[in-house]
Amino acid sequence: MKNLLNKAMSVFVVLILPILVIYLTVYFGLNKNEADKVVFQPKSEHTASVDHTQFESLQQTFTNPKQVTAACLTCHNKRDDELMSSTHWTWEREVELPGRGLVKIGKKNLHNNFCTAAEGNNGSCMRCHIGYGWEDKSFDFTDATNIDCLVCHDKSDTYLKQKGMAGWPATEETATKEFPVPDYNLVSQSVGSPDRDNCGVCHFYGGGGNNVKHGDLEEALFHTTKKVDVHMGEDGKNMVCIDCHITEKHNIKGRAYSVSSENKNRAECEQCHTSSPHNDYLLDYHNAKLACQTCHIPVYAKVNATTLYWDWSVAGRKDENGNAIKEYDADHNYSYLSIKGRFVFDNNVKPEYVWFNGTADHLLNDDSITEIPVKINTLFGSYSDSTAKIWPVKIHRGKQAYDPITKKILSVKLFAHNKGEGAFWEDLDWEEGIKQGMEYNGRYWSGKYEFIETEAYWPLNHMVSVKEETVSCKECHVRNNGRLASLNDFYLPGRDYNKWIDFSGFAIIIVSLIGVILHAVMRIFS
Amino acid sequence: MKYSKQLLYSKFERFWHWTQMLLVMMLTLTGFEIHGNFPMFGFEQAVRLHSAAAWSFMGLAVVSIFWMIVTKQYVNFIPTKNKLREQVLYYTSGIFKGMPHPTHKTMFNKLNPLQRLVYAGLLILIFPVQIFTGIVYMYYHYPQNPLDASGLTFAAATHTLGAFMVVAFVIVHVYMTTTGNSVSSNVKAMISGYEKETDPSLTEPSIQPE
Repeated sequence: MKNLLNKAMSVFVVLILPILVIYLTVYFGLNKNEADKVVFQPKSEHTASVDHTQFESLQQTFTNPKQVTAACLTCHNKRDDELMSSTHWTWEREVELPGRGLVKIGKKNLHNNFCTAAEGNNGSCMRCHIGYGWEDKSFDFTDATNIDCLVCHDKSDTYLKQKGMAGWPATEETATKEFPVPDYNLVSQSVGSPDRDNCGVCHFYGGGGNNVKHGDLEEALFHTTKKVDVHMGEDGKNMVCIDCHITEKHNIKGRAYSVSSENKNRAECEQCHTSSPHNDYLLDYHNAKLACQTCHIPVYAKVNATTLYWDWSVAGRKDENGNAIKEYDADHNYSYLSIKGRFVFDNNVKPEYVWFNGTADHLLNDDSITEIPVKINTLFGSYSDSTAKIWPVKIHRGKQAYDPITKKILSVKLFAHNKGEGAFWEDLDWEEGIKQGMEYNGRYWSGKYEFIETEAYWPLNHMVSVKEETVSCKECHVRNNGRLASLNDFYLPGRDYNKWIDFSGFAIIIVSLIGVILHAVMRIFS
Repeated sequence: MKYSKQLLYSKFERFWHWTQMLLVMMLTLTGFEIHGNFPMFGFEQAVRLHSAAAWSFMGLAVVSIFWMIVTKQYVNFIPTKNKLREQVLYYTSGIFKGMPHPTHKTMFNKLNPLQRLVYAGLLILIFPVQIFTGIVYMYYHYPQNPLDASGLTFAAATHTLGAFMVVAFVIVHVYMTTTGNSVSSNVKAMISGYEKETDPSLTEPSIQPE
């Protein structure tokens, strides 16, 4: 009996209790809390406090959109001051750049590696300026009636700025089927808070076509599902741009680092989500070094393709009849255009990853090229920078014109209404296009041009996936070809190892095994 | 030859030993999966299990240290030079000639001089280093704050080296269990608590069984 009791006790202490400890360890180890629920109150559900159809000032006969702006301002006084100090109007901002001090930069004077630069191509590029007629340097930035209130506030979905008209809508003389003269009474009487159509009409088409620039902002987002964008999906919260890009007195939250530089006034996930949203230590602590976007945007350009490569050096080719050429890839995206060069488009693209602390530098007009590829913009950050996190980016690569003598990126005149005015898109003549582009911008050109590789960095923020499609641990914590394979300034568990320690470690194990086997053999045969 | 039984391992020691065995097994498997050597539980589960096992291991360590202090069993782990030479000679030569063990186990002297050296090494060099680097690994994610450790590189390398040492220890340790009075007597003792001893003069227990 005592023996049996001893045996039972042994089973309990050497088997049952240890297994119980392991069971509890596994149970609590794998126990995962539910993520925090976000209570969302859409800002966009604002209903107008007045009925604009009742205002007599909006019932007058408008012959020019500037008259509409004047009518708006009779009630909405001082709004013009807010607007004219915003970057949607100025296209530039005074910023402090590391090593440069205060500089005024923005869309107005920066290079890019899509259509290369706005200033000098005003007719085409300034269609997306929130003003009327920024055709050249004579545009009056102090005239409030130059403000286009309607492009952002039209809710009738009938108002459009005309192509190539520097921000003007169609007039009786220029109207076409695609761009009719707006019905200003209808449009001005149906104004309200901007919705996706208002923002998207410019921001989805940057670079001259749908999704050319951003990769994560495109026309598919006008009507979409949670699978494409968990915030904007019509089967979900159906959020609009200004739900995140919160706007106070025409000052809109959000920074696009193709033109922005400072870590200020950014739209952030933490506006709605907490900084520990998973309610799980293992996941939440990644936020110290990872932006939310890094795991939650596994792919971008989920619907339509975005431009990944744009080679201007082969632009200008003509067919045997001297006509411009258009070629398409298998997915019906442009692969070659005489006026623009060669393209690589793709959709469902895996982002690249960089360290980013919210500040950026830009290639300015006077900057000499010191490295190839030329960085059109530089996102700052590294592992040792405690404010930096890993961000997903679209890196847009290309080749564009530069001056091999002065080592400067060239400004090219691309757009004109007519042939013979020196615009490359009309005449396919680089010499003349560069000469005029440089002259317009008051820059010196040696007369020589070559093409050089450039890169532009676009942090991704949109097309956040549903949680089921989040990047999994193994996609980064893996020995080879992980998503973070190119970020090598830190130790990443699962990817990195010290080869000397691993080598000696396995050596110790093998020596131990051989040792005990030899010892056992000698015991058996001695 | 006359056999007698003596209590070597108390209930707590046996519980401690086998629980620690399971935890070390769990830590090794999940740890080397995290290290990228093989897939098993999946990376995320491996990390969660590794952390949980680490906490259980540390909890068990605290309880064991307390137990060793109050029962004075820590004396087993104090290294000694007494008969160390004989013990080394036994394993390298005597064992092949069927010579008797140079040392004998009692409740307060259950480890031979070589074991004392190795276990003390584990307790002083490996476990504290693993625990320290493991905590750094789990909690030190801001590499500049408050001390600049330049990331996980050093902690991870040290932790990995420690893990290899533990695996090597386990290999030798498991093999050495077969070098008792019979091939299985050491394992049986760790299960039942009792071991058959060959020399009755050494079987008088220093403390009475509970």
